[in-house]
Amino acid sequence: MAGVTLRNVRKTYPGGVDAIKGVDFEVGDGQFCVLVGPSGCGKSTLLRMVAGLETITSGEIDIGGRVVNQVEPADRDIAMVFQNYALYPHMSVYNNMAYGLRNRGMAKPEIDKRVREAAQILEIGPMLDRKPKQLSGGQRQRVAMGRAIVRQPKVFLFDEPLSNLDAKLRIAMRVEIRKLQRRLNTTSIYVTHDQLEAMTLADVLVVMNGGVVEQIGNPLDIYQKPATTFVASFIGAPPMNLTPFKPGDASVPVPGNTGGILGVRPEDLTLTTGSAPDGGVRYDLTVEAIERVGAETFVYGSRNGAKDAVAVSAKPGELPPGEIIVRLPGQAAPAIGERIVAVAPRDKLHIFGTDGRNRIEL
Amino acid sequence: MVENEGLQRYVAHAILWIGIAIVAFPVYLAFVASTQDNAAIANGHMSLLPGGHFIETYYKTLFVGSSGTTREPVGTMLLNSLIMALSIALGKIAISILSAYAIVFFRFPFRMTVFWIIFITLMLPVEVRIYPTYKIAADLNLLDSYSGLALPLIASATATLLFRQFFMTVPDELLEASRIDGAGPFRFFKDTLLPLSRTNMAALFVILFIYGWNQYLWPLLITTRDDMQTIQVGIRKMIVTSDALTEWPVVMATSILAMLPPVLVVIVMQKLFVRGLVETEK
Amino acid sequence: MQKQSVFTSRWLPWLLIAPQMIVVLVFFYWPAGQAVRQSFLLQDAFGLSTVFVWFENYKELLADPDYFASVMRTFVFAAAIALSSLSAALLLAVMADKPLRGISVYRTLLIWPYAVAPPVVGVLWIFMLNPSLGILSHGLRAIGIDWNPLLDGNQAALLIILASAWKQISYNFLFFLAGLQSIPKSVHEAAAIDGARPVRRFWTITFPLLTPTIFFLIVINVVYAFFDTFGIIDTMTRGGPAKATETLVYKVYSDGLLGGNLGSSAAQSVILMGIVIALTAIQFRFVERKVTY
Repeated sequence: MAGVTLRNVRKTYPGGVDAIKGVDFEVGDGQFCVLVGPSGCGKSTLLRMVAGLETITSGEIDIGGRVVNQVEPADRDIAMVFQNYALYPHMSVYNNMAYGLRNRGMAKPEIDKRVREAAQILEIGPMLDRKPKQLSGGQRQRVAMGRAIVRQPKVFLFDEPLSNLDAKLRIAMRVEIRKLQRRLNTTSIYVTHDQLEAMTLADVLVVMNGGVVEQIGNPLDIYQKPATTFVASFIGAPPMNLTPFKPGDASVPVPGNTGGILGVRPEDLTLTTGSAPDGGVRYDLTVEAIERVGAETFVYGSRNGAKDAVAVSAKPGELPPGEIIVRLPGQAAPAIGERIVAVAPRDKLHIFGTDGRNRIEL
Repeated sequence: MVENEGLQRYVAHAILWIGIAIVAFPVYLAFVASTQDNAAIANGHMSLLPGGHFIETYYKTLFVGSSGTTREPVGTMLLNSLIMALSIALGKIAISILSAYAIVFFRFPFRMTVFWIIFITLMLPVEVRIYPTYKIAADLNLLDSYSGLALPLIASATATLLFRQFFMTVPDELLEASRIDGAGPFRFFKDTLLPLSRTNMAALFVILFIYGWNQYLWPLLITTRDDMQTIQVGIRKMIVTSDALTEWPVVMATSILAMLPPVLVVIVMQKLFVRGLVETEK
Repeated sequence: MQKQSVFTSRWLPWLLIAPQMIVVLVFFYWPAGQAVRQSFLLQDAFGLSTVFVWFENYKELLADPDYFASVMRTFVFAAAIALSSLSAALLLAVMADKPLRGISVYRTLLIWPYAVAPPVVGVLWIFMLNPSLGILSHGLRAIGIDWNPLLDGNQAALLIILASAWKQISYNFLFFLAGLQSIPKSVHEAAAIDGARPVRRFWTITFPLLTPTIFFLIVINVVYAFFDTFGIIDTMTRGGPAKATETLVYKVYSDGLLGGNLGSSAAQSVILMGIVIALTAIQFRFVERKVTY
């Protein structure tokens, strides 16, 4: 068992593109670390660098106390689950799992024991003689996991392993992966662009954007105290409402107000007929759309008199400028076109500098 | 659709059968002639039904030879053709899969130069450089040898391109998974790439076997000894003399024997054949 | 152009490409280079001395009426073979594309002639149409045609064209059928609903959608007519009578057999190379870019 440490890791492609611009973090022994971020943020590249599939331009990657920058992937004692599974199409399920062990010269009985154990854990025992083509997506996913498990590596690497599955299966497999990792207690690094997957799986969450780490920490800490507006809007669905404010804007209760961005999560807003709680914030909205999903209802409102509003969402197009989402429990909701007032208490406000960074604690 | 019912169908069936008849008639005639008496054929009154000389003619053709010019039994020619076709097919597949592997799965200086050097050979069949090639084969002492028959016909890029195209479709992750599983270049080639290429190799083999078997101009030049000639060359030598002396039943039996192996390959391995044909022309 | 993920080794890739490179250099580039070199040289009658003569060999060749006739003949043959074989194959393919019973049997019975070697094709056809013993010759004479391709140049040419087209039907049929089957059924159905009757549908929908296949096959058929007909010509007419069936490739061969002018023979080879390169270029440029929908 071993941890993984990245020290100022950088990757520059021959064309001069900086894919990874200096990343430091540490994954403790047995921890489940999730790298999350939008596509192109460098998370997969970083994972492939840990695997040894991409060279490291500078910095160090350390697995179990050994710097592995120059070590071949086969000798890093890692196992990887690929997004498209990368099963050997011409080999049976059994041989797919046994291949890596045979290449390492392991004795036959030991290989057999490990493959059967893994097959039992993953419930693919009856399929050992089948070819990947004869399996469903979920079964292929299990075989890919099996191939990683039998190796009993120091580190598991997962590259968006669930993204080819349908929604229901994805949730089921997500839970299974978590249970399996707990059971085997193997250090894992998991890449995904799905923030829900990230939140539910991670011991340590690393939010990446544009080749740098935006924030590292416990998922709930990150949810409650996002360090930047990028993290604020990327983690959590629907995303945090972000509205810029000008210096001295009296509606925003910040001491020594020098302008910035105000964030409120949709679930922290409540509808009221009165005024804002002391030190809180108040939005006057016109209801534009309603989404009822059963247990909760999302109200999309545009701010009255906010024509000059500017978008601050990290994902452009997600919310039109000046639009606010309010999340209400249950199914009751105002009518479309109705004017409503949404308020949030002071302790639920997130304040960022004008550049979207520099979170200010109230 | 509705219109396809009725008359239209009968017309289609009829046209197809006429086509098949046109395509098959010359061969049927050849077979019939090969079972008949030479005299009946020579005076222009052969029957359109098979005659009684089947065993006699084919025995003579295979093991004795025509009493015309060559006297070489067709059995020897068949063997020569077989060796040549197999050498061309297997040789080309072997050298092509290796070079395609290098070009696709390695990064090395002048990689694209090498690719283009091989690619250009796609354009020029051996016929356009026939005498210079003959001279080189002669200088290298390759006249009347199997390597002389096969090597110049191996020098082309079709198979390399096919393998390259196929290798490009192998997902990167498969190579990566292999590397993590501890496989180096040799193991990856042997354990993963070769098994995955099986169908392509088989399809290519079918096409190249037919191509090799049916070669004519090059074997005509490079073989001088009768015991080295291929069956295609042998046929022509049988009809060198004037009509009266040509042993038509033997010539026709030779024709049938000459087309039998490749035609069987096409019919028995039709799927592979079609695939090979379509893939190599891409 | 290349994979993301590759092996790195200094010597292994060279080892892997070595066999093919050696074969290609020795049996392709060397002879091709020799042909180009010799086409610029003039050798005396005894082969004792050679002089560099620039384009003298080419000038002489192009001024030679025999050569010019051969060029024209080859193109006429190519056009006639391509046209007849392509039309016959297209007709058969269109019929075979209908939802008929026994379609795979038809297909099998139509594609095997691909495997018949050109010299065998020559033998089969000369046997049918041999002036004295050919079974079809009797028929032709019975209806009053003075059939003797061994003496009549036009008849000889017709014979070559027929036999060559016959062999190529199967190849064209196969590609036409593949082309037809790749046209989505829904397109036909849409056209039928738009009121187009079968014949009209063929010319306004099927045929235009087949143009990539047609252009591809034209190039292939022309190359076939240039090179693969050699075996057919050699077993049927030997280029005769009176050179009436002497194509460019046959001329290279027979001039070489006479052992005559090396420079002229080399120049002929180089011109042939030029023609093939042009055809290949057409196929790559025109066919792949413009005609693909």
